[in-house]
Amino acid sequence: MATHGKSARLAVDIGGTFTDVVVENGGKRTTAKVLTTSQAPEEGVLEGIASALDGAGLTVGDVGILIHGTTLATNAIIERKGATTALITTEGFRDVLDIAYETRYDQYDVFLDKTSPLVPRYLRLTVPERLAVNGQILKPLDEDAVRALLPILDREKVESVAIGFLHAYADGAHEQRAREILAEARPDLTITLSSEVCPEVREYERFTTATANAYVQPLMARYLTRLQTALDEGGFDGALFLMTSGGGLTTLETAVRFPIRLVESGPAGGAILATGIARECGTNQALSFDMGGTTAKICLIEDFTPETGRSFEVAREARFQKGSGLPLRIPVIEMVEIGAGGGSIAAVDSMQQITVGPHSAGSEPGPACYDRGGNAPTVTDGDVALGRIDPESFAGGKVRLVPEASAAALDKDIGTPLGLSSELAAYGVIEMVDENMANAARVHSIERGKVIGEHTIIAFGGAAPLHASRLAEKLGIDRIIVPTNAGVGSAVGFLRAPIAYEVVRSRYMTLRDFDPALANDMLQAMRNEAMGVVQAGAGDAPLTEKRIAFMRYMGQGHEIVVPLPNRDLTREDTAMLKGTYDREYEALYGRTIPDADIEVLTWAMTVGTEAASDSELENVGNVDGAQPVGSRQVYDAAAEAMTDVPLYRRDELKQGMHVSGPAILAEDETSTFVSGSFDVSVNRAGYLVLERKA
Amino acid sequence: MADGLSKIRNQIMWNRLIAVVEEQGQTLMRTAFSPIVRECGDLSACVFDLKGRMMAQAVTGTPGHVNSMNNAVGHFMRHFPLETMREGDIYMTNDPWMGTGHLNDWVVMTPCFRKGQLVATFLCTAHITDIGGLSSGADGTDVLMEGLYIPMTKLADQGRINHTLVEMIKANTRLPTDNEGDLYSLIACNDIGCRRLLEMMDEFGLDDLEELANAICENSHAAVLAEIRKLPQGSWRSSMTIDGFESPIEYVAEMTISENGIHVDYDGTSPVSRYGINVPFGYTLAYTCFGISCVVSPRIPNNGGSLAPITASAPEGSILNAAYPAPVSARHVIGQMLPDVVFGCLRQVVPDRVPAEGTSSLWTLNLKGRRAGDNAGQRIFSIKQVTTGGAGARPMKDGLSATAYPSGVMGTPIEITESESPLIFWRKEYRPDSGGPGQYRGGHGQVIEIENREGVAFDINAAHDRIVHAPRGNQGGADGANGYLGVEGEGPIGSKGRQPISAGGRLIVHSPGGGGIGDPRERDSSAVAEDVRDGLVTEESAQRDYGVDSPTV
Repeated sequence: MATHGKSARLAVDIGGTFTDVVVENGGKRTTAKVLTTSQAPEEGVLEGIASALDGAGLTVGDVGILIHGTTLATNAIIERKGATTALITTEGFRDVLDIAYETRYDQYDVFLDKTSPLVPRYLRLTVPERLAVNGQILKPLDEDAVRALLPILDREKVESVAIGFLHAYADGAHEQRAREILAEARPDLTITLSSEVCPEVREYERFTTATANAYVQPLMARYLTRLQTALDEGGFDGALFLMTSGGGLTTLETAVRFPIRLVESGPAGGAILATGIARECGTNQALSFDMGGTTAKICLIEDFTPETGRSFEVAREARFQKGSGLPLRIPVIEMVEIGAGGGSIAAVDSMQQITVGPHSAGSEPGPACYDRGGNAPTVTDGDVALGRIDPESFAGGKVRLVPEASAAALDKDIGTPLGLSSELAAYGVIEMVDENMANAARVHSIERGKVIGEHTIIAFGGAAPLHASRLAEKLGIDRIIVPTNAGVGSAVGFLRAPIAYEVVRSRYMTLRDFDPALANDMLQAMRNEAMGVVQAGAGDAPLTEKRIAFMRYMGQGHEIVVPLPNRDLTREDTAMLKGTYDREYEALYGRTIPDADIEVLTWAMTVGTEAASDSELENVGNVDGAQPVGSRQVYDAAAEAMTDVPLYRRDELKQGMHVSGPAILAEDETSTFVSGSFDVSVNRAGYLVLERKA
Repeated sequence: MADGLSKIRNQIMWNRLIAVVEEQGQTLMRTAFSPIVRECGDLSACVFDLKGRMMAQAVTGTPGHVNSMNNAVGHFMRHFPLETMREGDIYMTNDPWMGTGHLNDWVVMTPCFRKGQLVATFLCTAHITDIGGLSSGADGTDVLMEGLYIPMTKLADQGRINHTLVEMIKANTRLPTDNEGDLYSLIACNDIGCRRLLEMMDEFGLDDLEELANAICENSHAAVLAEIRKLPQGSWRSSMTIDGFESPIEYVAEMTISENGIHVDYDGTSPVSRYGINVPFGYTLAYTCFGISCVVSPRIPNNGGSLAPITASAPEGSILNAAYPAPVSARHVIGQMLPDVVFGCLRQVVPDRVPAEGTSSLWTLNLKGRRAGDNAGQRIFSIKQVTTGGAGARPMKDGLSATAYPSGVMGTPIEITESESPLIFWRKEYRPDSGGPGQYRGGHGQVIEIENREGVAFDINAAHDRIVHAPRGNQGGADGANGYLGVEGEGPIGSKGRQPISAGGRLIVHSPGGGGIGDPRERDSSAVAEDVRDGLVTEESAQRDYGVDSPTV
C-alpha cells in the first residue's frame, strides 16, 4: 500500500451520532470520539483528527494513509435529503420503481405503508427504445425524445439523472447514448447508468440501485471534494481511501462515481476488525458478533474472509422487516442485523410471550437503570437485574446505574403480567434476546451451508461480551474471543481493510452450451475495470484476484456461488464447473438433482491487495495470580437463586492469566460475563479467550 | 420443574419452532423449480404434534394454505395411522379436498422420529407449474380433466423413494425435470424442519411435544378469544356479486360474533359452476379466517389454538363447498374474494378497521405457446405472470396500488419472464384514474400490453374477475375501475378460459382499481394536486370527481 514513506495510519468513521478517529503509529493506537457535525461533516472529521493526532503527539504531515467510512450516503437516503433526481426509462415502464414486488411485507397488516421510491412519478420520464433479453434491438433509441426531456429537467431543477432501460445489463449502448445526449446539452448534470452501477438482471433492483446512486451522488461528491480540500489545506499529503460496504477500500474518484457502494461501510468495518482478529488468533471459522445499543450484527468469517453478498436493503419502512426497504444490488459484507441491543425494550404481548425490541430506548432516555426518565425495561436492565453488570463501574463510573429502577421496570412490564419474580422476569428477557440472536445466527449460517457450532465467536460492541457466553451455549460454540478497544471497532477495522474492488455482470449461459471465449472476454474486461480502480490506490502492492459465477439449475430461481479458477476457461472446464457446482449445491441443500441442466446468470470479479496481516500469536504459558476485586450476586436460573460470582477488573489481568467461570470481568466500555460452562484466559494480544470447560 | 422457569422455556421453544418452520419454508423457496414458488412464494410449511395440532406455520405468500394445511394433516393421519409410520417414510397427495384446493398443489408429509420414537410431523406444499391435463385455468368440467390426480400415497417407504410414483408423475407432465426437482425440494424442506426440531428437543431435553403444544395452543386460543370479546356480539349480513364464468356469482354471508368465536355462514351463495372455479371448503375456511384475522387478531401466529375460534359453513353444492368431482383448478378466483365478503360484515361492526373492496383475486396471466419453428410441440413455453390490481382504500389512508391482497405472492420481474419465453411486454405501468375516487382513494390497477416477438400465436388461459362488477367504494367513496381483457384492434375477450391470441396480436390487460372510502370532495386538495402532477389522476377526473379545478402542488 502506498504510504508515501510516512508511518502513521489514520481511520475516520462518521456515524449518526459520533465520529470515531483512530491513529496507529509504530504499534501504538490512539483514539478520539467527537460529535458528528451533520451540516458539514468534514468539520467533525478535522476536529477528531486533530484530537487523535494531538493525543499521539503527531501532526497531519506524519499521516501516510487516511481511511474514511461514513454513513452520510445511508442517512441521505433514510432522511430523503438527496438531490432532486429524475429517472429516464423505457417507454411503458414508468412505474417499475413503485410497482416493485407487487406485494406486502407484512401479510396481516392491512394498514401498512410501502416505502416510496426516491424518484416520484412526475420525475420518472420515458423514451421509446427497447432491447430484447439477449441485447437485440427491438426498437432503436428515440434520440429526439431524449432531447425533448431537457426542458422538463430544467423546469424541475433536476440535479441528477439515473438512466435505466430494460435489459441494459445485456447491452448498455442505449443508456450510454442517452447519457451522451444529456451530457452534451447539460454538462453539469450528474448521470448514473444502470448498466454501469449494477449490470444485473431484474429491473426493479437495478433501477432502484441506479436511482439511489444518482440520489446521493451530488451530495457525496460535494462532501468528498470539500474534505479533500480541507485535508490538503491542513497539510495532509498522504493517500485518502474510502471504505466500501463490500469491506474493501476504494479511491476518491471511484467513490464519487459510485457513492452507493459506500453505504453500510461502518458495519463492514466491524466485520473487517473481526476478520483481523480471526487471522491474528488463527481462527479459520469465526462468527463476528457486534452488539451495541440498538442492534446486533452477525457475520460469518470463513478462512479469514468475511462472507460477501450482493444485495442490501436500505431505509426500511418497518424496522428490521425484510422487504420493507429499498433493495440495493451492491457488493456487501453479508450480515444479519436484528433489533437486539442493550437499549432494546422488553414487553409482554397478547399471547403472554416476552418480546424484546425492535424498539429501543436509545441513549436518551436510555434503560430504566440510567435513571434519566426511561421507565421501560430494556436488555441492559435485564443484565443489571441478573447481576451481570457492576453498577459502580459502568462506563468507567461516569454513569451511575440504579439497579432498583431496573427491577421496578421489569416488575411492572414483565414480572407482574406473567406472575414472575423480577429475577425470573430479567432471566426471561435475557433468554429471549439471546434466543433471537441465536436464531438469526443459525438461519444465517444455514443459508450459507455452514455448521455454526464449529465457529469461534468474536464479540465486540458494548453489549456483546455480556451475551456471548449464552449465545455460544445456544449455538453449541466452544470458543469466544473478546478483543480490546471494542468500542471503536469499525474504525480500527478500517485500518485492516484491503484496497479492493468488485465488478459484477449478468451474462446468461448454460453449461451445456458453455462459450469459453465469451466468458473469457467478459472476465478480462471485468478484470481490467477492477484493476484500474485498485491500482490507482495500491501502487506496486501485490494483488489477489477472486472470480465467482452465480449458477443454478435451469428453471430454478435462486443462484448459488461457485468459485472459478483465476485463469482463462476452456471447453474442458465444463466438467470441472459442474463438479464444483454439485459440491456447493450439496453442501447447501443436502443433495443434487440428477440430469438437470445448469446455467450461469451472473459473474463477479474481485481484485484486491492482501489484507493487512498481523503475526499469529504464540501461546502464552499459564500465569498465576488472577485476583478478584470483589464479588457480585448473580442470578442462577437452574438454582432459581442469587449466587456469588467473583468480579475481576479486566485491566488487572495479565497475559496468560486464567479464571474459571462463572466470573464477571469488568472494564470501562463493557463487562464480559463468563458463564459457568466457560473458562477465560488472556492471550498475548490482551484479548479474552473463553473456552468451554471440558 | 418450577412453574416460572418452564413458562420461560416454553416461550423460548415456541419462538424456536417459528424459526424452524420459517427455515423450512425458505429452503423450499430457494430450491424449488416452479417459478411461482421460487419467485412468488406460493408455498407453505408447518409442524404438527401427534394429535394433529398445528404448532407453527411459516408466514408465506398464501393465506389459502393456512387452514387447508391444518385440515390436510388429519387426512394424512387417517390414511397413515401414527402406529404405521416408519422412519424414512414420506407421504404425499394433491387431492384438492384433502390438500389445499387444487391439483397443482402437492402436499408432502414427513413423520419426524427421535430415538426411534415418532415425535412430530412436518407438512409442506408448493404450487407445481404443470401437472398434465389442462394443467391450469378454468376450462375443465370435472377435476379429472385438470391433471394428474395423486391419491394419498407413499412417496418414500423407510428411506426408499417410490420410483414408480415418480415415473408416473414424470410421464404425466409437460415439465418432467422440473417436477422431479420440485419433489426433491419438498422432501428437503421437511427434512430440514425435522432436523432442527430434533436439535431443539436435544437442547431442551424434551422427549415429546405435548406440553409445549398445549402451551402454544392454549395461549394463542386465549389471545384470539380476548380480541373477539372486545367486539360487540350479534349477527351481521353482507353480499357481493362478481362476474363468475358462465353467470354472475353472488356471495351471501352472515357473520355471528359470540363470546366463543366468530362464525360465518355462506347460506344463499350461488351454486357450483360448470367450470373450474369451484372452491373446496378447506380453501373457503382459509380465506374467511384470513380476512377476519387481518381485522381482529393480526399479531397472533397461526396454529391449532389460534385458528379454532374462527369457523365457517357453506351449503354443500354451493360454489364455496364444491364436492368431488367438481372442477376446482382456478378456485382462487372465487376464494380470494372472501376477505371482501367478510369485510362487508365487519365494516358494520368496526368501520375504522376495515378496507374497501379491492381487486382481491390475483390477475395472474397464464400464457402458453410454441416457440417459432416448433411444429412437433416439443418446444413450448408456459408463463405464469403474477399480476395485481389496486387494493381498496383504508380508513384514513389511500389503497395500495398494484399490490396483492389477500394473496401475498410476489410479482415476477419482466426481465425474468422475457428470459423464459419469446413474449415481449410493451407496457406494464399504472393505470391512471383506476383507483376509486374518495376522501381516501382506492389503489390503482395496471395497464399491460404483450406480444409474441416470434410472431406466432399464443394462448391465454384466463381466470380474471371484476371486469363487469367493479370493487365497490363505501361511505361515499366511488367504485374502482372495472378490469379489461382484450386484443388490440379486435376488442374484449372472455374473462375466463383458454383463448387464442392470433399471430401478431397484442394482448391488452387492465387490472381493476380498488374502491374509495368517503366523499371524494372531502379529499385534501393537495393530495389531489399531487395525483394530478404524477399523472395518476387526470385533470378531468380532478374536476369531475374531486371538485378541484386547477390543482397546484
